Amino acid sequence: MATMIRVFGDIDVAEDAVQDAFAVALRKWPNDGLPPNPGGWIMTTARRCAIDRLRRETRGRDLLDEVAVLSSATEESGILEMVAHMQDDRLRLIFTCCNPALSTEAQVALTLRLLGGLTTDEVARAFLVAEPTMSQRLARAKRKIKAARIPYRVPEDDELPGRLRPVLAVVYLVYNAGLNDSGGQDLCAEAIRLARILVSLMPDEPEVAGLLALLLLTESRRLSRTAADGSLVLLGEQDRTRWDRALIEEGRAIVRACIRRNQPGSYQLQAAISAVHADAPSAEETDWIQVVALYDLLLAISPTPVVAMNRAIAIGEVRGPGVALALVDGLALDNYYSFHATRADLLARLGRKREADAAYERAADLAPTDAERDFLKLGGRTRRRSPD
Amino acid sequence: MAQYMFSAYSVEGAARPEMSEEEMQQGWQKIMVLEEEMKSAGALVFSGRLTEPDTATVVAMADSDVITTDGPFAESKEHLGGFYIIEAADLDAALVWASKTTAAVGAPIEVRPFWEMPDA
Repeated sequence: MATMIRVFGDIDVAEDAVQDAFAVALRKWPNDGLPPNPGGWIMTTARRCAIDRLRRETRGRDLLDEVAVLSSATEESGILEMVAHMQDDRLRLIFTCCNPALSTEAQVALTLRLLGGLTTDEVARAFLVAEPTMSQRLARAKRKIKAARIPYRVPEDDELPGRLRPVLAVVYLVYNAGLNDSGGQDLCAEAIRLARILVSLMPDEPEVAGLLALLLLTESRRLSRTAADGSLVLLGEQDRTRWDRALIEEGRAIVRACIRRNQPGSYQLQAAISAVHADAPSAEETDWIQVVALYDLLLAISPTPVVAMNRAIAIGEVRGPGVALALVDGLALDNYYSFHATRADLLARLGRKREADAAYERAADLAPTDAERDFLKLGGRTRRRSPD
Repeated sequence: MAQYMFSAYSVEGAARPEMSEEEMQQGWQKIMVLEEEMKSAGALVFSGRLTEPDTATVVAMADSDVITTDGPFAESKEHLGGFYIIEAADLDAALVWASKTTAAVGAPIEVRPFWEMPDA
């Protein structure tokens, strides 16, 4: 997709072309079999589809002249060179999607749609908005990129630090979109790949490294998050032998380097918390006091209700559910399913079953994925703790 | 190259810092220096500062009659104080100029692209 946008300089044309190419693939591949280089096949086909489309539209005539020059050049150098350019193109695309002239909402939506390849509907669900709303948001952002001429490039060195924060936030969101989608491992892999590229591009930026560490540590547990029947498995109950130790080692090494640098930031702290969990051979051996200390630092840097909630959960492990519930009840997170699930678990542990059930109901109603909803409907974590 | 309109808005009734004659002169100097920079870079197409909103007149059609009204078009407190028409390769470049403009002029600058004329 990124390469198509570079070649055509127009997001809508590129999108249509890729869709057309996939449609052709769906028709041909079942009969003809898979081509030796499916990615390259898609690109060549997409280019041909786009040229056909442009021929049919008079406004495309000028664009076509440019494309003709480009396509004869690339036809000769071959598909492999195009593939080599794809990495740079992805980087350009993500900085373009995250241009500060676009709102944060638009930045995230565009990145998920264009880099992550989610459908508009999937992006809408990831943000808990209606599909037409998201469709309009994307259309508006693309119009602005085109009309205002937001450039398709990686920012200059002096601009990079300021342009980085939205990019990190978006990569993180892409990873999470993949985590919550049962078929989403490609998105997770894509987010990690982007994070690695960003680290090599900006080796002196501690938060970039922090993000990579966080993604690696989360990824190390991804497979143990879901049971064979697709249901959700909480951190405390995961089979730790299934955690990917190579990813954990890599993540921990980065966290150690970040600690030495002593320029703490939100991603680095989240990674450090994740590393403390990774260090514990069993849930019972988790160093919760260390986790609380890290959350204290994180809350100071990033005083959001969600961070406060997660800190409260950790405090609950050290000082009991009563203290935790008091902290959680003060938070304005009524639309967040996890808030209700947390309350439910704490209420259940305090023996307040009726209130716990009501909270689980509310959480299930708001749950963003089927796996979460099913898990919550069955009484969530508490049922697992004490089956009866 | 694309063209962008920079609109500088003044807000009626906004507290304006008391400026001495000398400070006003320095303010003008900053703007003139910026405009020279824009001209040398080939970025300045045209610019102008408008007189107060109550010097305006609005002319509009009401059915088939032309109606003339005293005063500015917008009922709001914000009015166009002046503008620049800038030529730049892309929005990032335009925003660099806009940052310098808002610093020199001391008012928010709205940056809007012009429609591209097909045969320009």
